[in-house]
Formats: sequence, structure tokens, C-alpha cells
Amino acid sequence: MHLTDHSATDLLALLNSGQVKAVEVCQAYLARIERRDRAVKAFLQVNAAAALARAEQIDRRRREKQPLGPLAGLPVALKDVLCTEGELTTCGSRMLESFRPPYDATVVARLKAADAVLIGKTNMDEFAMGGSNENSAFFPTHNPWDLDRVPGGSSGGSAACVAARMAPLAVGSDTGGSIRCPAGLCGISGMKPTYGRVSRYGLVAFASSLDQIGPFGQTAEDCALLLEVLAGHDPKDSTSIDRPVPKYSQTIRQPLQGLRLGLVREHFGDGLDGDVESSVREAVRVYQSLGATVREVSLPHSNYAVATYYIIAPCEASSNLARYDGVHYGYRSGISPLPLGEGQGVRATRIWTVAANHPHPNPLPKGEETDRADNALVQMYRRSRAEGFGAEVKRRIMLGTYALSAGYYEAYYQKALKVRRLIRQDFDRAFEEVDLIVGPVTPTPAFKLGERIDDPLAMYLFDLYTVGANLTGIPGMSIPCGFSAAGLPIGLHLQAPPFEEERLLRGAYMFQQATDWHTKKPELEEEN
Amino acid sequence: MSAPYTIIIGLEVHVQLLTESKMFCSCSTKFGAPPNTQTCPVCIGMPGSLPVMNRKAFELALKTAVALNCEIPRFTKWDRKNYYYPDLPKGYQISQFDLPMSHDGWLEIETKPLSPLPVGEGSGVRAANSRVTRPHPNSLPEGEGIVSSSTTKRIGIIRAHLEEDAGKSMHDEVAGKADSRIDLNRAGTPLLEIVSQPDLRSPAEAKTYLTELKLLLNYLGVSDCNMQEGSLRVDANINLHIDTPQGRIATPIVEVKNMNSFRAVERALAFEAERQYRQWQETGHKLGEVPKSTRGWDEGSQTTREQRAKEESSDYRYFPDPDLLPVTITTEEVERVRASLGELPAALRARLEQTYGIAAYDSDVLVNQGRLLVDYYFRVAKTCGDGKTASNWMQQDVLRWLNEHQVDIGQYPVAAETLGELLAKVRGGAFDTSRGRQVLAAMLESRLSLGDAIRQVGIEEVGESAVIELCRQLLQANPKIVAEVRDGKPKGIGALIGQAKKKNPNVNPARVREICLEMIQKGEV
Repeated sequence: MHLTDHSATDLLALLNSGQVKAVEVCQAYLARIERRDRAVKAFLQVNAAAALARAEQIDRRRREKQPLGPLAGLPVALKDVLCTEGELTTCGSRMLESFRPPYDATVVARLKAADAVLIGKTNMDEFAMGGSNENSAFFPTHNPWDLDRVPGGSSGGSAACVAARMAPLAVGSDTGGSIRCPAGLCGISGMKPTYGRVSRYGLVAFASSLDQIGPFGQTAEDCALLLEVLAGHDPKDSTSIDRPVPKYSQTIRQPLQGLRLGLVREHFGDGLDGDVESSVREAVRVYQSLGATVREVSLPHSNYAVATYYIIAPCEASSNLARYDGVHYGYRSGISPLPLGEGQGVRATRIWTVAANHPHPNPLPKGEETDRADNALVQMYRRSRAEGFGAEVKRRIMLGTYALSAGYYEAYYQKALKVRRLIRQDFDRAFEEVDLIVGPVTPTPAFKLGERIDDPLAMYLFDLYTVGANLTGIPGMSIPCGFSAAGLPIGLHLQAPPFEEERLLRGAYMFQQATDWHTKKPELEEEN
Repeated sequence: MSAPYTIIIGLEVHVQLLTESKMFCSCSTKFGAPPNTQTCPVCIGMPGSLPVMNRKAFELALKTAVALNCEIPRFTKWDRKNYYYPDLPKGYQISQFDLPMSHDGWLEIETKPLSPLPVGEGSGVRAANSRVTRPHPNSLPEGEGIVSSSTTKRIGIIRAHLEEDAGKSMHDEVAGKADSRIDLNRAGTPLLEIVSQPDLRSPAEAKTYLTELKLLLNYLGVSDCNMQEGSLRVDANINLHIDTPQGRIATPIVEVKNMNSFRAVERALAFEAERQYRQWQETGHKLGEVPKSTRGWDEGSQTTREQRAKEESSDYRYFPDPDLLPVTITTEEVERVRASLGELPAALRARLEQTYGIAAYDSDVLVNQGRLLVDYYFRVAKTCGDGKTASNWMQQDVLRWLNEHQVDIGQYPVAAETLGELLAKVRGGAFDTSRGRQVLAAMLESRLSLGDAIRQVGIEEVGESAVIELCRQLLQANPKIVAEVRDGKPKGIGALIGQAKKKNPNVNPARVREICLEMIQKGEV
């Protein structure tokens, strides 16, 4: 068995027992990346030298019997939305193409403290906006099961690299399904924890009230391992919750007795692919065979979830992304890249020069001349943002700006907040009757690259089953539960009440003990 | 004095709170550091950074709001005010919009009435609103002639809310170069914005309000109120109500900015009122007919200049900041804050008048100097045993010296107890006021102790028998004066005192007078 085919849990056991060295593990994954990523394109950067140095250091410390962290020697890939000190953090955007943050995100610091080997940064939809990874400003990532298809998004790179065995673990972020959808489409396990469970400090914000960082792994056990390190209170994030983190990896093997499952009536309607539906129903039968009872539950407002989401998320995004104006960091039209971000630990000790009064070096094409009210500063803003952002990001900034405008605020944003509360009530009521809600994670398996690129609405509707968990803050998980006739993975969506990650993981583990979908891996031709 | 219009003024005051660190991060708020050295990922709005509320800033804001008699809601939240400016690194300012941390308060100020009032009506105790309370300073001695009076007036506070400051843009306009530079040291500094009702009716009243507000903030210890360093900034909204044959009309509201001192506020508003009246006469524009405009005060030309005309009210797209939790405030917290306020200027003035028996004008002078000076006064009064004497010396001697030397009471070279002892000696008759002043001058100039200063001035205690002997000699030498006194004309005693001082500068003139009168009455001469 190839070293990279092991689950992270098994690999950790091999590392801890001294059967393999961290350097060997690291080399094995780097070799896999070398051979496979030209086709998959999951990574934006691979930090081979730094990863190997880190692995060597861990091996040395192990030899010297020094204490080691819980992930010692395990490679972990990071979605490029997480700030890494002194290293490029692009968010899949031209805007941050040369941005090197002066600090580590809290989860990055926790991974480093856990002695994980940070192997690289993964591709994503620009600013985490998208469901296919086609919105990356650099290149799309391909689904390892069918290279003509999308891996899902926005954490497509993280999902694809685990599916293609280019990393045993990866970290993603989920604002409307951005961990669960790609996990489903790539046939791996992925979880969005409860809002507040994992610190968002250093996660470049898309929609602050919805964003949450979470783990990807081959199995639920792997996710438990990683979540244990990611989760926990952080005084730097006011929305992070101060409550103890259970030992997920230790409790995960306990089956859930008398498990009550809920099937959402509204999630089995129009638009649900037949293969997806039958796989999900089959998965429910597996649970029944394990002693679970199943009942139908209703989420009456779920039809409004996507609409609600696509008001709240763009509203927050329009404000969160206002900082990319070409003044302090990131792309500035005509002068890119800006000096800030060079090197490490930059603490803004310089005075930045704003070329506010300089004429722009490249005059605008005819017909695009700004009106006379535009001074050089406004022109710099406009052009930096016009050139630095991609189409989907601009679309959402415009949607959000519009919805927050005077005269529209009440009709859109405020109304959306009210519906959000109703949706939360739907879930609260459902969880009075059931322990877990199960259903499809996406309406169809992976679609073809380019297939929906010109149909944003179809793309938005792909989030139908997942946005509810973000709007309500509850945890949700996707685990593999079958394949379509075309051989594409199908994901099972599990959702639990707030802070019941443990229940989610135990429920997923039960299923994975009874099935072997999670052990399937894509056949990829290897380049030499 | 009869302008053909009423001036309507409301003030927006931004106060920088005295915290060690910024509103949402741990960077220092100290003024004057090299540009961009007091910054971190949070206050420069780095991608991924998140704000965490500074508890101390909230407490100081709460203290101020309670002292301004504001209502404190149990629940308040943070909102984002979205706009683009190079010194606003996040593209939004964290502020408070529809649920500010306090609202509907008031501040009481003294206002000068239009015409002076006769004595008698002016004296008395203070009670409710807008009512005659205190005599106005006047060179005339008390009880003589006419003194003008003041009334108190409550200026409504619409709201006081917390927000973070922006950075500072510096524009380099040197020929051929036109760079703008940005210093973000100030970005994220906690600000309390205090918005008054349009209750102010004259530029002088606006200045009085600001002075009283500054004094209050000083007493609370929540801000250093240094306008030069930008820790107190004032914007004004002003328009006129004009009575015309067609009824009362209002002129368009103008926001006046860029006023760097209270005096500038007063002048800018006076200028603006006249300008608006002239403009109304020329154009007839009424409120609502033209966009609200912003004008900047130009200190050089002593005029206001148009900065921009707003097409409509700016759309800041306020919405609740999802990165911050709402703040809940319990009744107990508010009461705890209320109990910790200490004695505020209004109460202090009342105590000075009632317990120390000094006049309203005098208490005003002392209280306006700040808590430290009042504390100094208390110690002087206690040591010398008389509030009035202490008050007189504080105003005539201590304040003058502080003014001349441009220092505050903390740097006054003479300790309160020492000054108190000196005044006790003056009161006890050891020497008179003018010699007392010489002693004080010696202490100030040569930093002498009280004893050394008295010796340097040449004061030696004259024994009682020596004084009696001196008086006897003088009375015997001046039988004419003795006769006059006997006839009920004691004026001549003054001449005797003069002679006594010539013979011995250390004798106490009051004692000389007493002994002389006693001797004459008893027929000892």
C-alpha cells in the first residue's frame, strides 16, 4: 500500500510508532503532488523545502524524545484564504496575488503548534465565492474522479488534494457549503463546524456571520483528528465561543444509541438527481440497519434559504471587500505590486504613498473615461478594483451594495435577517424530534467545467441544501455515500444542533464502519 | 443687540477617550509617535484581522454618558459605516447607528441674559431650569451698583456613541510633487461622539457649552480634551430662523468644520450667522431648497469657505458589524458607574457656595480651573480656616501667578498647607495683607520656606507690651486726634497707624487701631 493511501489516522499511528518518518511521509506526498497536480491543479503553492525542513525537525525531535504535538509529521494543506505569515495568501484573487500577511491565522498557529507539516496552499474560488473553483483568478481545479469536471467550491483545491491523495488532511472554509459541497463532489469527508467553534482570526473574510473554518479528510476519524486541533476559543475573535473542545478522536468510535434521523421533506423535490436520491435513500437504510429510526421533518422556510443567503452574504462581502482599494496593500492599478507585504513580519512601519494626485500611467480606453468628478484618487480606486477583482466577486459586491443602500435596506437586508431567524426556528423545531438531519449535500454530482459558468443562478441553487447550516450556525458534514452511474462520488449531508460536532462525527463514523465508500479513490494517471 | 433673526446651533463633539490602547486592538494611542509605528493587522485593516472591543473605552464612554444625564439602553451594538477614504483602511468605520450606547441627555450651562438685572434678584440659590441664579463678575464691590446676571439652561444631548477614529492623511503639495501620505497611528483610537440638540442660540452660548463640556470631561478623567492634538474636535450645524411678514422661515443648514479652538468656534459661528443672513437677503433660499453644505473655517481670513455641497445625505450603508457582539449593560452596571462619577462641576460649585460661603462667581472661577485646583483650594481653606480668604488669595494671587507662568496648579511652588498657614497668620493679625503678599512673593521667587520668607521680608513679631507702649506714645503726641475720636470722628486713627508703621514696620495695623481706640475709650490718655 502506498504511503499516501493511508488515512491520516493510520498515518499518524505509523508516525507515532516510528514505523515511518515524517520526512518519508512528506516526500511521498510531495512526489504525489509532483506527479498528479499538473492534471488536478489543486495547489496554488507547494512549500516543498519548508515542509521537508519541518518534517526533518519533527523527526529529530522525535528521536530526541522531545514532546510533540498531536499532528506531528502529518502533512496538511491550507486553503489559500488562511493567512500564513510571510507567505503568499492570495484568496484566489489577482487583488492579493502578491500579498504576504505579516501574521498567521489562529488556525495556522494552532496547526504549527500541533507540529503539522504545512505542505502548501490550495486553489479556491476567488474570495471563496463560487461552487466550482472556476472563479479562481489563476486556473480552475479539476475533479480527480473526472478531470473534465469541477471539484466543487469554493474549497475545491483542498477537497481535490485529499481526494487525489496529495495530502492526508486539508483545511477549508465554508460560507454556504464551501467545505461540504466539494467534499461531496470529490468523495471525501468534510465538516463545517458550528459558527464560533473555530476562530476566524486570519481567515480572509467573505461573509463574517457565515464563514467557518473546517477540516477535510478521507474519513470522519481524520476530520475528528484535525478538528480537535482547529477548534477552541480565541480571544482575538469576538464571535469565537468559549467552551471546551471535546476529544472528538477519542469519542468517535462510540456508536449513537437509539439514533433518530430526520429526512427533510423539502430536500427531496424538484432538481434532485435520481442517482443522488437513491444513494441517499440507500444510506438511510444503512443507518436503519444500524438501529436508527427515521422520520420525515419539515423545514418550511428552506425554499427561501438560498435567496436569504444571497442577500446576507453579498451584503457582508460588499463591506468586507471594501478594504481592497489599492491604497494599503494588494493590487493597485498601474503600480502593482505594492511594496507592503514584502518579507516577513512587516508591521507597517513605512509611510505609504498614495499616488492620489498623480495622473494614471495608462490612460483609460475611449468610452471609459471617468467623469470629471472623478479625481485621481477615485480613478485609482475604480481601476484597482475593476482590474483586481473577477466577475463573480464584482457581481456579489454590487448585489450587496445595492441591498444595503438607503431605501432597499429594509426590503432586502432586514427582511433577510428576519427570514434567517425563521429558518433557525425551523431547524430548532426539527431537532426537537431528531438527533441528526440527513439528506443530499448537492442536487447533482460534479458537473462539467464551463457548464454553468454563464449561469450564476444555477450555480447559486447548487448550494440549496448547505446554506441552511451557515444561516443558522449549526454544524454540517459531508461523507461519501455512493457513486453515480457515471462513476462520480455522491455525498451524504449530516447536520446536527449547535456544538454537536461530536454527534455528527460519531454518526459519520458509524456509517463508515458499515460502508466502504470512503475508501474509494480515484484512478489517476501519473506523470513522471 | 437685536439681530433680525434667531441663530440655531447644534454641535457634534468628538472626544478621544483616555485609554492606553485602541478601540479594537491593543496598539498604543499615544500621540506623537513616528508615523505608522503604532499599528497592527487589526487597525490597518489587514485581510483576516478581527476587532475585539476595548472594555476600558466602553467604561469611559458609559461614565461620560451617565454624567451627561443620558438614558443608557440595556442593549447596544456596533455598526459599519461604509465609505471610501485613503485613511480609512477597512473601507468602513466601526461606529454605532440606530442603537447608540446612550441617548437623550442634557448638559446644564450658564447663559448670560440680554439685559442686566438689579441686585437682589440675582442672588439666591439655584433651583430649576432657566432661572436667575448668580451675580456676574463685576469690578464694583458687592452690594454696590448694578450687576448683570446669568441663568442656567439645559442643552439637550441627542446621543453619545462610540466609534473608532480614522488615520491621518498628509498632503504634500510641494511644487512638482503631489504625494499624499497616510499615518495610521490614530486609526482605531476610541472616540465618543456627543451630538447636541440644536438648542444653542448664539456663538457665545456654543462656546459656553463647549467649555462646560470640556470641564465635565476633565473632571471625569475620560479625555485630555487637547484640541491641538485632536483629542477634542468640534463640528457645528447652524442656520437661522428669520421672522418675515410671511411668517418664520429657516435658512439652509450649514455644517461648519475645521475649527481648532473654542474661540474659533465662536468666531466661525458669528461669521456664518451673518453670512447666512446676507445670503438669505440675496437669494431668499430657505431650508430644503438647496442641498446641505459643508463649510470650513479659515483662520487666516476669518471666514468660512464652501467645502462641498452634498447632493443628498450620504449613503453610508450602515449595517450591524458581524465581527462584534452586541453589548448588554445591566442596571447595576449603570448604577455602579453613577456612584463612581465623583463630584461633578455643578455639584462642586454648589458645595463651594454653601459650605465655604463663597460667591457664585468665585466658585465658578475655581471650579472652571479643574479638580486639581479645587482640591488645592480645599486644603488652603482648611488650613487657614476661612473659605473666603482662601478664595480671594486663590484668585488674586495663585491664579495670576499660574497665568503668568503658563503652568497648572501641580507646578505651583507653594504647597497648599503652607499658603494656608500664611493666610492663617494674616487672618490672625500677625501681619497685614500687603506684607502677606510680600511673604508669598518671597516664597515664589526664592523658593523659601514660610519662616525664611517672613524673616526675609523683615517681619519680626512685636510684643504686645511694645505695641501698647508705641500706641501710648502716639496718642500722647496727637491730642487733637484723640479729641476727635472722642467726639465720634475715628477717621484720624488712620494717621496714627501710618505713624506707627513708620516707627516699626512690623506692628500689626489692626492691633494698633484696636489698642488706640481702647485707650481713648478707657480714658487712658
